[in-house]
Amino acid sequence: MQSQSTYNYKVVRQFALMTVVWGIVGMAVGVLCAAQLVWPELNFDTPWLTYSRLRPLHTNAVIFAFGGSALFATSYYVVQRTCHTRLFAEKLAAFTFWGWQVVILLAALTLPMGFTSGKEYAELEWPIDILITIVWVSYAIVFFGTIATRKIKHIYVANWFYGAFILTVALLHLVNSAEIPVSMFKSYSAYAGAADAMIQWWYGHNAVGFFLTAGFLGMMYYFVPKQVGRPVYSYRLSVVHFWALIFTYMWAGPHHLHYTALPDWTQSVGMVFSLILLAPSWGGMINGVMTLSGAWHQLRDDPVLKFLVTALSFYGMSTFEGPMMSIKTVNALSHYTDWTVGHVHSGALGWVAMISIGSIYYLIPRLFGREQMFSIKLIETHFWMATIGVVLYIASMWISGVMEGLMWRAVNADGTLTYSFAEVVKAKYPYLTIRFLGGLLFLSGMFVMAYNVLKTVAQGKAVEGGIPAPVAHAHA
Amino acid sequence: MEILYLLIPLSLLLVVLIVGIFWWTVKSGQLDDLEGPAYRVIMDDDKAQVKNEKTHENN
Repeated sequence: MQSQSTYNYKVVRQFALMTVVWGIVGMAVGVLCAAQLVWPELNFDTPWLTYSRLRPLHTNAVIFAFGGSALFATSYYVVQRTCHTRLFAEKLAAFTFWGWQVVILLAALTLPMGFTSGKEYAELEWPIDILITIVWVSYAIVFFGTIATRKIKHIYVANWFYGAFILTVALLHLVNSAEIPVSMFKSYSAYAGAADAMIQWWYGHNAVGFFLTAGFLGMMYYFVPKQVGRPVYSYRLSVVHFWALIFTYMWAGPHHLHYTALPDWTQSVGMVFSLILLAPSWGGMINGVMTLSGAWHQLRDDPVLKFLVTALSFYGMSTFEGPMMSIKTVNALSHYTDWTVGHVHSGALGWVAMISIGSIYYLIPRLFGREQMFSIKLIETHFWMATIGVVLYIASMWISGVMEGLMWRAVNADGTLTYSFAEVVKAKYPYLTIRFLGGLLFLSGMFVMAYNVLKTVAQGKAVEGGIPAPVAHAHA
Repeated sequence: MEILYLLIPLSLLLVVLIVGIFWWTVKSGQLDDLEGPAYRVIMDDDKAQVKNEKTHENN
């Protein structure tokens, strides 16, 4: 019974530490990309350092390596703690860690070498796609196996979000990555033309919806109440939030393809569903923030809570901005401009990264037998670096994007374009520089975190949490 | 756009699946108590057990 009396924290620890490492790597590549837009010489005339190859490396590293590790770590922790049972199939859980690291390393090798399937956020070539599938199926077995062997009758809402994220990502990956290999490192999509674009953005948007939203909402529904020490504002609303979100998210993809070869009605359907999405998103955001109701004072001196609540604010902001940008007339201005880049980063840095960082700060002391992190002051410093970094980033991209959109569409009285493309590029320089500085600040914050985590780990030692003995009324 | 003949049935299949799972949650009593589970998570003490060594705290 020895092995049954504790939770498996080992795999949680591994993923939690790698979250910090991959956060630094992914964001560093992002900062280099941002710098290249200001100083193009920074590609050093080397093919594997060009923007075109580094950009997919950046997106893959931050989404799947950093975000993915954070999701693995927190989901394994939450599912065990809320089900009062040790992880199911622990060897498989260990395999998900090493398998996922191998996927990341292969991505870091093949993308700069120029091997790509050319599908945004799904660039990895077919052998890696197969490995991803194997790791993901293992993840599903571990997660749902743990749910199936739970000692608590009720499945906590966070697990529903994690579960939906795992299942949907499996489906998205299988459908979108259907491809025909022609050699070891080259394959072609099973779909063609506008159909391929439709599948790609059905995948792309749902990757945002389920990888970058549902999974992190699971994180939010566990770590915000835990850090505040109060139950979530309305558990009822959290259940409504879950079902409303998964019923509506699937249909919003076509808003990425406004004014393209996609049939007009599918674009409109995509737009309408995007607008509907505002309701469940804000319901969840309000639910999370209101958890602090009556405990607002905690925000004053708890920087971990600051991270979590600021993340929710950015979630609210970007889920308002997103539906607005999906309106076709707004999209006519915003599409293909820096505004989109700003929007993505208000979600990615503001929401995804901040909720992950807050959760990792919560986890590290618990995983390494410490009362709290090595330095609370450094968390506070990190918080302000991250917040100012995001604000610089998105504000500069808003200005740059709207300016870019307006300059592109400006016409003279005789119908000719007022500005050439190069003139628009030139006008963007100051804003691209501010964006670089914002990103650099955010990245620097990650180094502060790494130092803090390292010190905490050095002072502590790996511990395992005890599973409470089952009580007669395990379910109320 | 023949791809819609794949995407729409796939989405509908998914909706049926989701409705099925939702049906299960209602029938199996998952949604009977919508207060207790929120409190149970809070009551689960997951603080690490720190032995009486002084904490290196510098805040």
